[in-house]
Amino acid sequence: MKTFEELIALKEEIIAGEAPDEIKIMVGMATCGISAGAKPVMQALKDCVEEKGLSKVKVKQTGCIGVCRLEPMFEIFEPGGRRTTYVDMTPEKAVEVVEEHLIKHHIIERYTIGAYD
Amino acid sequence: MENKHSILEMDYIERQERIALKNCGLIDPERIEEYIRYEGYQALAKAILKLGPEGVIEEIEASGLRGRGGAGFPTGRKWRSGYLAKGGEKFIICNADEGDPGAFMDRSILEGDPHSVIEAMTIAGYAIGASKGFIYVRAEYPIAVKRLQIAIDQAHGMGFLGRDIFGSGFEFDIELRLGAGAFVCGEAKALIASIEGKRGMPTPKPPRTNDKGLWGKPTILNNVETFANVPPIIRKGSGWYAGIGSEKSKGTKVFALGGKINRTGLVEIPIGTPLREVIYDIGGGIPDNKKFKAVQTGGPSGGCIPKEHLDVKIDYESLQEIGSMMGSGGMIVMDEDNCMVDIARFFLEFSVEESCGKCTPCREGTKKMLSILDKIASGEGVMEDLDYLQSLGNVIKETSLCGLGKTAPNPVLSTLKYFRDEYEAHVKDKTCPAGVCQALLEYYITEKCIGCGACKRVCPVNCISGEKKQLHTIDPVACIRCGACQEACPVDAIIKR
Ligand SMILES: Cc1cc2nc3c(=O)[nH]c(=O)nc-3n(C[C@H](O)[C@H](O)[C@H](O)COP(=O)(O)O)c2cc1C
Repeated sequence: MKTFEELIALKEEIIAGEAPDEIKIMVGMATCGISAGAKPVMQALKDCVEEKGLSKVKVKQTGCIGVCRLEPMFEIFEPGGRRTTYVDMTPEKAVEVVEEHLIKHHIIERYTIGAYD
Repeated sequence: MENKHSILEMDYIERQERIALKNCGLIDPERIEEYIRYEGYQALAKAILKLGPEGVIEEIEASGLRGRGGAGFPTGRKWRSGYLAKGGEKFIICNADEGDPGAFMDRSILEGDPHSVIEAMTIAGYAIGASKGFIYVRAEYPIAVKRLQIAIDQAHGMGFLGRDIFGSGFEFDIELRLGAGAFVCGEAKALIASIEGKRGMPTPKPPRTNDKGLWGKPTILNNVETFANVPPIIRKGSGWYAGIGSEKSKGTKVFALGGKINRTGLVEIPIGTPLREVIYDIGGGIPDNKKFKAVQTGGPSGGCIPKEHLDVKIDYESLQEIGSMMGSGGMIVMDEDNCMVDIARFFLEFSVEESCGKCTPCREGTKKMLSILDKIASGEGVMEDLDYLQSLGNVIKETSLCGLGKTAPNPVLSTLKYFRDEYEAHVKDKTCPAGVCQALLEYYITEKCIGCGACKRVCPVNCISGEKKQLHTIDPVACIRCGACQEACPVDAIIKR
């Protein structure tokens, strides 16, 4: 890495590497999330996504977004910019979200941040 | 109205401004690609390829950035003195000790966006001419430690750390040092002693660490959040940053909201935001319709701010004027159920335990203050004690060696100033108005009593008497104030007074 252009090119390459129809699930995995039970939630998401063969869905970890009282939580980022924040999750609720939101395309209102705060 | 589905739509998020926390909760902190995708390492490239060391320092100076670790020292001025310091070897240190009880701003940055700190430290090293950096992080932060090490390794792999960074011949490396969690080790000189393998104790200033720091070499030490602001400043320009915040204090500050508040958590607000907005609009106010009593800012060394000052703008000077401080960002809210004597005692106890013992005012003085508070809380206080607390507190502030002792009396002095009536109630009337100080409480059975005997059966010292279906009474001398009777009463007839 020697020039600014090289760095920008790398950034572009990273963006280009993301499939346009990719769906990202970002799970809060900072100390606050993990202590509230984020690890089993993340595992449940991964298992369920794999089991249902949802190849476009990527389950990833992220840091603390600031609303630690609502952990465990995750956010679904969809093509077109839709962002949905699910809070106070359990492995069971997470599986429900995969089935309803990702497969049947229904937001589960009562689990979203707006229903809590 | 339709439900809000995304955190971005929430009013309390819209009121915030995220600079230090911008990537937290958005990127995978263990993948450098995600940091790069969101403009990561562009500030380092700009610093080296375009600005040069002086240009970097000028930008940081012009941004108005001040230290977020507590004291609020202008970061640009600190860096310039590091740049001007003579001597071959120089060091950069990131203070990630974060010892304030209840504070977790720095931990969140390290866990959520470790590369931002690594990029900033490298920029600092380039600016002052250092080739080595240390991150002093407490061992109680294992996730932060793990993610920092992953980030350092990845930055090496991509050439953002190591030799000849961006083809400039500049070399920089970062190592982690784990702290054992002593509060005083967050103080700059004690921290440096700890890295050197000595006992973590402060030493007199001068010399300043900028001139004689780690192993006697010029050393620039900054807080995690201070560093996290650096890449955005370099990338977007000092003018952008200086446009956010108040007259004297630019940018944003992260606070850890806790205590009696509905929305506990992390918030990042432009400096100069009124305290009321943080507590009510962002924090959602006090739970259970209780009344706000005070908010403590600045951790164990800060002061308690009463409701008369809720409209104060949050910045370094304004908070200091009313007897508190910005500190590192702890913000603990108290309601009518908190006793201010008890709160002062709680924070002072922390300082007594964490005092390293090197200087007498802090070691002996804080202990003496605590014993007076204990006396007051147990109903043995006399009015002279209040004056004594005041003068003792002032002496400790003025004569202690380091910031720990210089600020330890603050919780006591500020509560004495704003809640003197509560102290006087403890001393003169031998009552605790909030009903917290056990020794001053009296349990009392009101006319509501139905004479069921439930209280009598649970009382561990058999101090309740009364015939069946008759009003019962508690013998206040024998009562140990355990509260068991109050919990057992089916008609809420037992009160504390
Ligand atoms: C007792 C004591 C504890 C401190 N703890 C911390 C800490 O945990 N983190 C921190 O950044 N600064 C802490 N400081 C402040 C540091 O001494 C120093 O001012 C600061 O790290 C400088 O960085 P800044 O200019 O970026 O704020 C502490 C100071 C004292 C007196």
